Amino acid sequence: MVEDHLPQVLVLRPPKSFTFFETQFSKKFHFLKAWESQLPTTDFLATHAASVKAILCNSSTPITADILHHLPSLKLIVTTSVGLDHINLPECRGRSISVANAGQVFSEDCADLAVGLLIDVLRKISAADRFVRAGLWPISGDYPLGSKLGGKRVGIVGLGSIGLEVAKRLEAFGCIISYNSRREKANVSYRFYSNVCELGANSDALIICCALNDETHHMINKEVMKALGKEGVIVNIGRGAVIDEKELVQCLVEGEIGGAGLDVFENEPDLPKELFTLDNVVLSPHLAVFTSESFSDLFDLVTGNLEAFFSNKPLLSPLLDE
Amino acid sequence: MKMENVCILLTYPVPEYLVQELEKRFRVFKFRDVASNPQLIGEISSSIRAIVGTSAWGADARLIDELPKLEIVASYSVGFDKIDLVKCKERGITVTNTPDVLSDDVADFAIGLALATVRRICVCDRFVRGGKWKEGEFELTTKFSGKSVGIVGLGRIGSAIAKRAEAFGCTISYHSRSEKPESYYKYYPNIIDLAANCNILFVACALSKGTKHIVNRKVIDALGPKGIIVNIGRGALIDEPELVSALLEGRLAGAGLDVFEHEPKVPEELLGLENVVLQPHVASDTVETSIAMSDLVIKNLEAHFQNKPVLTPVL
Repeated sequence: MVEDHLPQVLVLRPPKSFTFFETQFSKKFHFLKAWESQLPTTDFLATHAASVKAILCNSSTPITADILHHLPSLKLIVTTSVGLDHINLPECRGRSISVANAGQVFSEDCADLAVGLLIDVLRKISAADRFVRAGLWPISGDYPLGSKLGGKRVGIVGLGSIGLEVAKRLEAFGCIISYNSRREKANVSYRFYSNVCELGANSDALIICCALNDETHHMINKEVMKALGKEGVIVNIGRGAVIDEKELVQCLVEGEIGGAGLDVFENEPDLPKELFTLDNVVLSPHLAVFTSESFSDLFDLVTGNLEAFFSNKPLLSPLLDE
Repeated sequence: MKMENVCILLTYPVPEYLVQELEKRFRVFKFRDVASNPQLIGEISSSIRAIVGTSAWGADARLIDELPKLEIVASYSVGFDKIDLVKCKERGITVTNTPDVLSDDVADFAIGLALATVRRICVCDRFVRGGKWKEGEFELTTKFSGKSVGIVGLGRIGSAIAKRAEAFGCTISYHSRSEKPESYYKYYPNIIDLAANCNILFVACALSKGTKHIVNRKVIDALGPKGIIVNIGRGALIDEPELVSALLEGRLAGAGLDVFEHEPKVPEELLGLENVVLQPHVASDTVETSIAMSDLVIKNLEAHFQNKPVLTPVL
């Protein structure tokens, strides 16, 4: 069979982009499709994947220590996400398994959505669209006033490539940018706050753009939200668990913060039902990266990474150990 | 300075802050209260020296004719298409508007509308609220950053839109009555060429006889089935029935609309469409800008009644 000459790549569950580009992908690689088998995953791996060197996954497929133990030949993990919280990185480091992610392919789209969500919350776009569609404009007259974006102090949590793209855009709207990151960044003119609570206290809006890890888990807690204040807005395009979701819902319901634009949640696709009744919240089903242009760029990147690996060339978007 | 005997007619509801500030200084009559009372109309019509209008209702020839003492129309809006300027000029009536103070808000809103339309933010919100996420994923949309943007009317608002769109890596071109030599954006003397060469068309010009239906079938065809229109100007800048049929028939990818030809009526066919975002004429409606616009209306009126030059005259 032709595919026997193609390099083998394991896929446990198909990423959306895999489904999209399966035909094109299959011309270059032979995919071992674990989800199509009746066998439980670990049995499948034990039977079929002993010699697999590369795995393609997305952010909802955990690559646990157990899975890694069943892949003795594994040398590369390619994830279609930017986030790496689903991968047991210490285990990978221990075995010198390389990890490649989506690099900067999604940065602009994520930033666009973050800005779109912020403007929507401040200017009530989704809420007013509901108002018009319900036929209320002729009946109720003028819609309540929104809040001006220009001049707002925006705190970016995580000034990586996505955070920088958000900052660049919001500067053009006259926002004043500051940030919190693991470390202060050189060559950046924005004000740095080493403490995220202090960032909250000095911001009118917080945009969460950071990775999820042990340090950032529930980093946005009640204290930070209280510091942000009753007019404050939170936008999250990072990972749901960076925010203490229960606290967030309580703060929103009780008016302790002004509003939220959320693309990610702690337990997707299950959301706290209180969110569905709030007018000052805009909800999005974890799709900051779901544009056809990004998917096309992602296809090129994933293919490029796999081809580089199989021809012993440097990866295009390797995780750099910091 | 108190001008408490000066009678002002409010032709349409305005924010409470403006009503309060007007009532501190003048005798204020609200059209809605007056219209149902013919006796009151008769009593006050010869006393009204100023009108405060809005984008919804200004001062037409008929109204102006009924107010022999009218000296100034101070509009709580930047647009003045609802004011009969010819009549005002004949009668020597001063007309003022509220430019500049709202340009940033309107531009912010225009970009927000564009993002909401291209990235389907409102549809996503409905999708999640309706419990559909548990059943399956949302579809792909197109990218906003890097798209080619065309602006109809490169005035204060159009320029502010351009500056913001540039931060998203968009290329900017424009159509205006005349080329702006200080601008480095590409100019198209013909709006059809602008539409043919852009993906997202922002309508940001004033409404006048010359610009009514400036976005017509030909322009929509030139923009094409992947094109998006965002209108934060006036409804009548676009041939609305043509816009509606283009959206229904897929000859246009989507539209973000804050204004309509017959507000507050919105074409019913649009209410069920997922590729449009519909807003109730709110592009300048923030607490901050509402106060700034109100203050400007007050300053214009005060200046006039103190025999000083008004701040932002249209006429």
